[in-house]
Amino acid sequence: MARPTSPRLTANAAAPLRRRAPMLNRLTPYLFVAPAAVVMLLALFYPIGYMIWGSFRDWDPSQSLSETEFVGLANYAKLLADPAFHESFWVTMVFAFSVVAVEMVLGVGLALMLDRELRGMSVLRTLFILPMMIAPVVVGLVWRYMFHQTYGTFNRALEAVGLPDVNWLGQHPLLSVIIADIWQWTPFIFILSLAALQSLPRSALEAARIDGATGWQQIVHIKLPLMAPVLIVTMLLRLIDAFKVLEVILVLTGGGPGLSTEILALRIARTAREFRELGEAAAMSNYLLMLLMVLTLGMFAFTRFQEARARRLRFAAEQEEG
Amino acid sequence: MASAARPRANPAFYALIALLIFMSIGPVLLLLVNSLKLDVDITSGAGGLLFMPTIRNYETALCDILWYEPEHLRFCQIRFGGAFVNSIIIALVSTALTLVMGCMAAYALVRFRFMGRDSLSLSTLAVRMIPPAVLLVPVFGLWNNAFCLDNDYGLGAWWRDTFGGRGDVCLAGTHGGIILIYVAMNLPFVIWILQSFIVQVPRSLEEAARVDGAGPFQTFFIVVLPLIKPGLAAASIFTFRIAWNEYLLASALADRDTMTVPILIVNNASEFDGLGTIFATGMLLAIPPILFTLFASRQIITGMTAGAVKG
Repeated sequence: MARPTSPRLTANAAAPLRRRAPMLNRLTPYLFVAPAAVVMLLALFYPIGYMIWGSFRDWDPSQSLSETEFVGLANYAKLLADPAFHESFWVTMVFAFSVVAVEMVLGVGLALMLDRELRGMSVLRTLFILPMMIAPVVVGLVWRYMFHQTYGTFNRALEAVGLPDVNWLGQHPLLSVIIADIWQWTPFIFILSLAALQSLPRSALEAARIDGATGWQQIVHIKLPLMAPVLIVTMLLRLIDAFKVLEVILVLTGGGPGLSTEILALRIARTAREFRELGEAAAMSNYLLMLLMVLTLGMFAFTRFQEARARRLRFAAEQEEG
Repeated sequence: MASAARPRANPAFYALIALLIFMSIGPVLLLLVNSLKLDVDITSGAGGLLFMPTIRNYETALCDILWYEPEHLRFCQIRFGGAFVNSIIIALVSTALTLVMGCMAAYALVRFRFMGRDSLSLSTLAVRMIPPAVLLVPVFGLWNNAFCLDNDYGLGAWWRDTFGGRGDVCLAGTHGGIILIYVAMNLPFVIWILQSFIVQVPRSLEEAARVDGAGPFQTFFIVVLPLIKPGLAAASIFTFRIAWNEYLLASALADRDTMTVPILIVNNASEFDGLGTIFATGMLLAIPPILFTLFASRQIITGMTAGAVKG
């Protein structure tokens, strides 16, 4: 494999060498890409296509897809009329957006507060990323213990200060799930906004300070606007991830009580495995996929727009200088 | 910087930091402490930190791979050891495969121009957002039906000899089946994150290697790879983390013999009489990620920022 063939690193590589093994040359990039491309085609793109095809069929887990009956948009229509799907959709929305909103406020706020040269900053960051590295299943386990009605940490703390117990998972299930997610993922926003803060141009901050801007003014008029591009991308990334959350909720509440925490991902899993309606589950997956596609496209469009703007600004600055 | 304006931080600032540290590692400590307690101590509430630590929970959890028989056990119910081995195999193999395939593809995308490059890089970016739940239905269907291999000869026989599995050789129920979906799931992210590291490798180095007569593969493995070690470290940690922690797809594909630790925890989490044991399994599952965090936090943070900032 490593036989020295005439290499072509770039399109403008040495022309005289090219003739020696032209086939291999032309194939080189494909050889590099092939393994990844084959795996992704086989186990990612083909399954997605399979799912879309299956979403138009009345599909039972015991059948192979070719034996099933084509039902057109029936699965999609059935979902649109299904109150359980509606509830699940709204639970997902409430969960994702409230989680991201709170995490953004907390994470950015903490980054602004802790953005100073601190001796132990790297230790601090290490400890902060711990929650998101641990398995969601384990996070769910620990939080379920902490939320427990009689011996949970929170209720014990409430008891210790003389307040009545709260039935966290029974009466405020969505709130409990949201709290656990905020615990796990605020550090993500914190770390990214801290990185963004520390790469801000010092000149702008210094100019503001010399002009007598207060700390608050610096934050509102200089830091936040300059961080905005990174913050928006961070927020969209987190939002996309918030739609993927499943294990924490599964262990904490199992989607219950009732349907109060049954997010779409969980409902897909239940429809497929408990109700054995693969076609319906596929249609639901497709709805979720379309939703995430919109978010991803939004992110693309935003980065493109941002790059174009940066180029224009740089160009304008060069023009002024020259 | 702000520090220049306010050289003396006030005590409230340090109180805030202490509180944050307590909040972020508190639950992890709780996990550790509870895994060392007897069930009675966990639920009684008395004591808190004052208790006799015991490794009994760990003995119960690991009973199927211990070399001695723990006295308190009459029979070995939770087969955690086997699941642990499955998790290690699946996570390590899928991480290794993802990295090798991912870095080669990333290199090609950065350094070569070829037909289909743009569509490949675009589709790589687009599939990053696919949640495991969306893959659940097709993966369940395909791995159980279309991806079944003939048992007696050819690829099917080789597959079964190499990876084991049930009598009918379907991808479902084998380590290989779970590994395949993990590799596919992680590739887009790895390709994309490594691209940002490969771009930074000076082209002159590769050209020097080429002048010395190295082929493209030699150039890549001998010159480029050592230079992107930080990127590889970050990518491998993220891939390992996902493969190690994933529950949903594994639970759809695994059978009794290929069950991974997260499945075992979810299956047993509802039985509250084995509380200490479940905490012990949870702690064992959490140990590798904790170690990574403590020893490679810099790489993790680099990977995270590279992953987001270049959106």
